[in-house]
Amino acid sequence: MSLISTLARLEAVDSGRAQPLATVRHRHLTGSPLVLVPLTTAGEAGAPLGALVGTDRAAPRLLVVAQPRDRDLRFAFLAELAEAVLPHIEAYADAVEPAERTEVDPETGKKVKVEVELCSDAAQLIVPGRAGIDFVRLLGRSMRFRRTAEDDPDTPYPAPARVPLLGRWLTHYGERARVPGSSLLLAATDLLNRHWATGQSSLEDQHLGALLAWVDPPDGESGAVAALRAELERDRAGQLVCPPAGPATDPAFDNRLLAPAIERYDRARTALAAAEDGLDADTRLGELSDAEREIRSLLAAVMLPTWDAVWRGLDLLRELPEGARAEDRWTRDRWSFTGHRDRVRAGEPPQPRRDDAVTAAQKLASRETAQAQLEAQEALDDPLVLAGRRLAGEAFLGEVTEVEMAYSESKRPSPRPLVTVRTDERPHLGERTKVYRSLDGRPQTAEFVRYAAGSAHAEPGDTVHLVLRITDRMGRSKEPAPGSVPEPGDRIAWTLFEHDQRGGPKLPDPEDTPWTHGGPPGAAVAGGGPAEQPDPVTAEDIL
Amino acid sequence: MTAVTDPGTAAARATDAILEDTLRGTARGIVVDSPPGAGKSTLVVRAALELASAGRPLMVVAQTNAQVDDLVVRLAEKAPGLPVGRLHSSDSDPYDKVLDGLDNVRKSAKAADLAGLDIVISTAAKWAHVKNVEPWGHAIVDEAYQMRSDALLAVAGLFERALFVGDPGQLDPFSIVGADQWAGLSYDPSASAVSTLLAHNPELPQHRLPVSWRLPASAAPLVSQAFYPYTPFRSGTDHGDRRLSFGVPSDGSGPDRVLDEAAESGWGLLELPARHTPRTDPEAVRAVALVVRRLLDRGGAATSERGPGPVPVTADRVAVGTAHRDQAAAVRAALAELGVTGVAVDTANRLQGREFDVTVVLHPLSGRPDATAFHLETGRLCVLASRHRHACVVVCREGVADLLDEHPSTEPVQLGVTVKFPDGWEANHAVLAHLAEHRVHWAP
Repeated sequence: MSLISTLARLEAVDSGRAQPLATVRHRHLTGSPLVLVPLTTAGEAGAPLGALVGTDRAAPRLLVVAQPRDRDLRFAFLAELAEAVLPHIEAYADAVEPAERTEVDPETGKKVKVEVELCSDAAQLIVPGRAGIDFVRLLGRSMRFRRTAEDDPDTPYPAPARVPLLGRWLTHYGERARVPGSSLLLAATDLLNRHWATGQSSLEDQHLGALLAWVDPPDGESGAVAALRAELERDRAGQLVCPPAGPATDPAFDNRLLAPAIERYDRARTALAAAEDGLDADTRLGELSDAEREIRSLLAAVMLPTWDAVWRGLDLLRELPEGARAEDRWTRDRWSFTGHRDRVRAGEPPQPRRDDAVTAAQKLASRETAQAQLEAQEALDDPLVLAGRRLAGEAFLGEVTEVEMAYSESKRPSPRPLVTVRTDERPHLGERTKVYRSLDGRPQTAEFVRYAAGSAHAEPGDTVHLVLRITDRMGRSKEPAPGSVPEPGDRIAWTLFEHDQRGGPKLPDPEDTPWTHGGPPGAAVAGGGPAEQPDPVTAEDIL
Repeated sequence: MTAVTDPGTAAARATDAILEDTLRGTARGIVVDSPPGAGKSTLVVRAALELASAGRPLMVVAQTNAQVDDLVVRLAEKAPGLPVGRLHSSDSDPYDKVLDGLDNVRKSAKAADLAGLDIVISTAAKWAHVKNVEPWGHAIVDEAYQMRSDALLAVAGLFERALFVGDPGQLDPFSIVGADQWAGLSYDPSASAVSTLLAHNPELPQHRLPVSWRLPASAAPLVSQAFYPYTPFRSGTDHGDRRLSFGVPSDGSGPDRVLDEAAESGWGLLELPARHTPRTDPEAVRAVALVVRRLLDRGGAATSERGPGPVPVTADRVAVGTAHRDQAAAVRAALAELGVTGVAVDTANRLQGREFDVTVVLHPLSGRPDATAFHLETGRLCVLASRHRHACVVVCREGVADLLDEHPSTEPVQLGVTVKFPDGWEANHAVLAHLAEHRVHWAP
C-alpha cells in the first residue's frame, strides 16, 4: 500500500468517512450497464441459485432455480439468463463504425492498413464484487463446451440453444476483466475501492454494504458504526439486514429459510407426480407453484438490497467526472468486444480449456503493458494520484527558473537545452535518470544532469534546484520548435515513469512453439505422448 | 568418483564435465546450477571460448545490459583477438563506453551487421526482437533462473542447443500482474526459464558447481545450509585465508563494535530496539550509513588469497543492500549527508550477480508489523547475505524472530507447482539464529 493511501485510511478512521483517492473517475461507465447479481448454491460449486439482471434499476429480472440440484431446472435458468444477457450484448454488436487496423500482409510480409468494423460501444457488465467476477468466469466455463441438439443430435443431455454462446461471451468477459484498466466487466467493490479509502481492512472492503457505509454513511452516523451494522446486524428472525452481496449466501439464510422452502418444493413435486386424477393434480400444481413462489420471494429479498447497493455505488461514481484517458482504455475494450464478436460470427470454436504457451505469454505481456500504462495514465489524469507518486519520489512538480541553450556534440548538432527546475520535493534521481512531462498530450523526455550548486546537501523540505537536459520533441531544425522548450516561470509536473508503453516482442506462432516449451500444442498427442484424457473413475468417486 | 578434498580439484572436475557435455554431448540443453560466487561468469566465458575455438559460432543471452557488457569485457581479456559482436538497443547510450576501446568488439543494433562473428552477445530483451536470421548452433543463457519463461519462449527459436547457467537460490523472476491463472502449467509464462525447460525436457543433463570462491569460510556453510539444503557447496578458501582489519581502533560505539565483530567472525548483527517503523526507518537508515562511514574512516584493510598484502577497503568495495527502492534512496541520502560517495546502494534485485568485500544489509523484516511473501522470499535474503568476500553486517530492529513466529507462510498451495525448499520462513530463521551469535545491541 502506498504512503498516500495509508494516510487516506488513517484520515478515514479519524473522520469516520471514506476519503477520496481520486478526483476523477478512472473507469469508463456506459450509459446503460447491465447489472448482474448472481447467487450460488452452498456446497455445490457452479450451481446457480438465482440472479437479478437488467439495465433498468427499477425493473430487475428475477431468475431462480427452485431446486439447484435439478439439472433440467439449471439449464432452464441458464437459458433464461442467456435470454436476459445476450440481447443486450447483441444490441451493441450491430452498431459499428469504420476503423483502421494494421495487419501484416501474409504474402508480402509488410504492414498494411486494413479497413475494419469497430463496435461504436460495447456492452458493459457490472457485478457486486470480485467473487461475482469469478462466478461469471465459472459460469462461462461450465457453459461454453455444452453441446446443443443442433450441434450434435445424439448428445444425451442437449443444452438449450443459446447457452453455449452465453458461455463463450461470459468467458470473454471474465478473461477481459483480468486486463488492468479494462471496464467490460467490473465489480462494484473494486470500483469504489479504487476511488475511496475506508477506515477498514482491505478484506472488509470486499463487503459491498460495509464499503458503501463508509463512502456514504447515513446522516449523522459515522462510517465505522454503519459498516459494523452492515456486517453484523440481524433482524428478529436472525437474518442479516444487509445480506452478503454473493454469490455465496449467509448460512443462517440457507438453514432457516431456504432449506425448508426447497424441501417444501420437493415435497410438492413428488406429490404432483403421484397425483391420481386431474382435480388432484390441479390442487397439487397449485401447491407446487406456491412453493416456487415462496423460493422466488425469499431469493428476491436477499438479492434486492445488493441490487440497490450496486446502483447506489454507480450513482456515487457517476458524480465524479471521467478521467481524460479512461475513454482511450474503453476504446481498447471496444476492440476486444469487436474481436470476440468477429470470432463468434466466423464460427470459431469456443475458447480452449487452457491457454497454450504462446497465448499465455502474449496475455501476460499485454497485461503487464496495460498495468504500466494504467498507472501512468491515472497519474496524468488525476492530481491526487500524481500526489501519491510525488510522495513516493516517482514524480515531482517544479518551477522552471532558468533555461540555457546547449547542443549535442555530433556532426549535426541538435538542441539539448538545459533547464533548471526549482522544487521542494525529493524525487529519486540518479545520474542520467530519465524524466518525462506531457507536452500537448504526448511525452517529452529529459534527463537529470545534476543538482545546481548548493542543492546537493539540502535538508528535507528545503528547496532544491535540479538541472535537466531536454532530449526530444523539439523538431528537426537547429532551433527548437516554438513551445517545445519550457520557459522560466512554467510550473511543470515531471514523472520518472514513462507515459507510454512499448509493446513487447513478437512471439512465435503457436505452431512454432520451440522445444524448450514442449513444441507445438497437440504435437505431444500426435507423437504418442499423454493425450488430455478425463481422469479415470475410481472407487472413491460417488456420482 | 572418489571424494575430493581440494576445492580447486573439485571445481575443475565439475567444469570439465560441463564442458564435455557442452562440446561433445548430444542433449539439446544442459543446465548448470551455480551457488553464489562459484565462478559462473568464468564458466560462461570459458565455454564460449572453447565453442568458438572449435569453430562453432554461438550466441550468448544475458539478462541486463550490465551483465552483457561485463561478459564482453571478460571475453576480450581472455581472447583479445576473438571477434565478438555486441548487439545493443537503439536507445541512447546502449552500452558501456569501455567497449569502444576494444578492437575485437563490433557493436550494432542490427543482428545482420554481426552475422558471421564467432560470438554475438546481447540481452534477452534485445534478442527477442531479432527475426529472420539463420539460427545459431549454440547458445549460452546466463542467469537463466532470473529469466522468465516467456522471455525464453521469445528467443528459443534462435538456437539449436543451449547451455543454461544460473543460481537457483537467488530471486525468482516476477511479473507486475497476477499470473495465478497459469500456475501449475509446465509453461507458466511467469515462472523461470529453467523450470519450464526442465518440465518439458526432464532428461537434460544437470550439473552443479560445488565451490564458492566468493564467500569466505565463515559464510559458505551458513548460506549453503540456509538456502541450498539439498545441494550443499563449500568455500574455496579456508578460515584464516581472509582477514579484515582496521587501522583505527574502536571508539566503543555500536557501529564500531559491530564492525569489529564482523571483522573477527565474518558476520555482525547491529540490533536496534524493537519498534514498528515506516519502511524508511530513519534510525535504522542512519545506523546503516554510520556503519559504512566508520568502516571507511577506520581504514579497513582486507587480506585475501588474491595478493600478498592487505588491500584497503575503499568505497567501491562496499555495498549496502535493502529490500525496497525507497529504502535504498533513503540510505543514499543518509550517506550523502555523512559525505560518503561511491558506495553501491541498491535493492536485492539489482545487487544480484555483484561482488563486494564488505556488505551492510538493512534486514528486510526490520521494524515491520507483518511478514509478507515479498519480505519472506528466500531469494531476497539469499542475495543480500551472499554478496561479500569478507564480512556482512546486518542492521535490524529487535523482534524479528517473534515476528516470524507470528507470521508463518500462508501462501495458497497451487496444484502442479513444485514446492521450493527451503521456504523463506525457515531460511530467515536459520540466518537469524546464526546472526544472533554475533549480535551487538545499540540504541542510537
